[in-house]
Amino acid sequence: MSARDAILKRLRDRTDGPLAAPECDFAVVTDRGWSAQERLERFERLITSVHGEVVHCHENDWTSALIEVLASKGIKRLALGREHPVAAEARSALAEHGVALVDVDRDIEQWRREQFDDVDAGLTSTRGGIAETGSLWLWPTPDEPRLISLVPPIHIAVLEGSGLEDTFFDVVERHGWAAGMPTNALLISGPSKTADIEQTLAYGVHGPRELVVLVRHTKEAI
Amino acid sequence: MTAQSDSVQAHPVKNHTVQTYSPREFHRQAHDALENPQIRANFRKAMDGLMGKRREVFSDWDLETLRELGANIRQRALAKLPDLLEQLEANCEANGIRVHWAEDGEQACRLIRELCEARGAKSVIKGKSMVSEEMHLNEHLQAAGIDALESDLGEYLVQLNQQTPSHIIMPAIHLNTDEISEIMHNKTGTERTRDVDYMTAAARQQLRERFMAADVGVSGVNFAVAETGTLCLVENEGNGRMTTSVPPVHIAVTGIEKVVEQVRDVPPLFALLSRSATGQHVTTYFNMISGPRKTAEHDGPEEVHLVLVDNGRSSIYQDDELIETLRCIRCGACMNHCPVYTRVGGHTYGTTYPGPIGSILMPHLLGLEDTKDLPSASSLCGACGEVCPVKIPIPDLLVRLRREAVGEGRGNVRGAGVKRSKKEVAAWKGFQWLATHPSAWRGGTAVAGKLRALTPSRLGPWTEYRTAPKPAKVSLHALVKRHRAESRPSDSPAGTEETRS
Repeated sequence: MSARDAILKRLRDRTDGPLAAPECDFAVVTDRGWSAQERLERFERLITSVHGEVVHCHENDWTSALIEVLASKGIKRLALGREHPVAAEARSALAEHGVALVDVDRDIEQWRREQFDDVDAGLTSTRGGIAETGSLWLWPTPDEPRLISLVPPIHIAVLEGSGLEDTFFDVVERHGWAAGMPTNALLISGPSKTADIEQTLAYGVHGPRELVVLVRHTKEAI
Repeated sequence: MTAQSDSVQAHPVKNHTVQTYSPREFHRQAHDALENPQIRANFRKAMDGLMGKRREVFSDWDLETLRELGANIRQRALAKLPDLLEQLEANCEANGIRVHWAEDGEQACRLIRELCEARGAKSVIKGKSMVSEEMHLNEHLQAAGIDALESDLGEYLVQLNQQTPSHIIMPAIHLNTDEISEIMHNKTGTERTRDVDYMTAAARQQLRERFMAADVGVSGVNFAVAETGTLCLVENEGNGRMTTSVPPVHIAVTGIEKVVEQVRDVPPLFALLSRSATGQHVTTYFNMISGPRKTAEHDGPEEVHLVLVDNGRSSIYQDDELIETLRCIRCGACMNHCPVYTRVGGHTYGTTYPGPIGSILMPHLLGLEDTKDLPSASSLCGACGEVCPVKIPIPDLLVRLRREAVGEGRGNVRGAGVKRSKKEVAAWKGFQWLATHPSAWRGGTAVAGKLRALTPSRLGPWTEYRTAPKPAKVSLHALVKRHRAESRPSDSPAGTEETRS
């Protein structure tokens, strides 16, 4: 008998007989009832508490906020997609700003060393955010592959102000994750960190040292 | 920060001679650890910090309701386990993830080695995986000429120091900054420093080279979702994402009990795991993998494999009480709150999983012959059961395993009865007879009172910290009798006296 069949047989022929499956009540992980304002405040408080930076900007003018971030952090080479509106708008705004735009629609084998050593930052869109934990959620695509939010020392993520939900459970339910998952789905909550050396927090151990979230708002309110 | 990547040399770890601890030597190892003020200070500081952070991060939660949900989700998954494993396999295969099954650690090691050899792999980079520690994968690969390097910073440091992890979440918690600086200096040529940022940056540089060069990435799995064929990994460092995204092959290895039914089961368990483990609202990364790189995609592994390991779990599964052990989500909160673990540290247990969860899990994996002291390595204070995010009744299970060890349980744990001593059984039988035969008992206590000068003053471990018990000159029963005889003339109501005696 194969290992598979032997294991399954043992599990099915259980000595103490079949088990009853308990009901699960998910009320405790949903229904927070937060207003848009509360969601935004909570998101910002939590993600900044783990060293994430939040920059608020207007959706029509967000690229000038991006340009400021690039300038203040001395970013000279920015990896970004091409097709997503975030990438497309960034590309046209940055055409004349002396920042080299690094194409990411290339198989990683062709430019692994370059991505690891010669890119200052990666720019990505996000699918949304989670207020309860201060998290971004990303479904990387061929246009914005998974490694550009991980390998460069700085990750700049663009989040719609209206794209926040209360909890992770709400995101999974409302966006139908059960109906089909992408190759890779990610929650990102701050820059890479470790406390493995005597509980002392250090950032950028393997992934980005810095995470900047550009929150795009439809009106000047915030 | 003075990180100097030039001063960093090529990785020097050539062999994996692991500093060995054995569960058979628990008492000696506990003694050694208690006499080591450094170990005690390191653990005390870390565990106090972790307990405080956990308390704070759950403060605005209805924790009891959340624990109830976590326990129910895990219990539901166990109730449907064989069906869910088949569903997981079918959905993973449909997603392009190849699924393999292993009866034990040995078979799992062989499977992984063969997958590596099929790719001509010489270099494996590892994300944190306790199952791979459990089956000694690194040593197995090393023996086959395949280099296996840990990439979680704590695991990396422990591997540099030729040790095993002392905590399932914080592998290097037994080391302090100075010790780590010394290890990195000796093994990788970094400068001696107390600058944690410098050491972290140096490790980043050393490991990035290895990620780029690795032929295979091996990771564990925190939750495997049956309904979508998705593997979930929880981490802060990003080494897990690197391990599962950079090398051309990703092999995930996990115990068969890690499966959950639905995607919606994941958020509550993740909420419990990150908060219970390190007191964080959320970890930096939650990485959900549902397949290898697709045709249009530009990164990610070409091959993804899932190795499902039994290694004793299906035997735990048979018993209605013991099965609760399998709900565990490996957060380590039971360790952080255990007064024994905090004092003796993780290595003392001599097992892959230390602390309370180790004491109820390892006897099944290794047999009670080798682990008979572990269920007794507890004061049964109950802290572990109280903090467990999936409500595993750890103290009850410790007691159950103590019973099994002395042959008073159901006898369905490997090595049951190993601690049974004929002398002890006879002594208790004798005591039982005496205590249920009043005249023999009274005669016995009277004789004991007369011979009290002859009772030994040393009684093995009992008298190391206590005085030896001595029978009273006159037994309580005799005293009461005498008292009643003396007070009879003053005429107290006899009935009351009777009910009192």
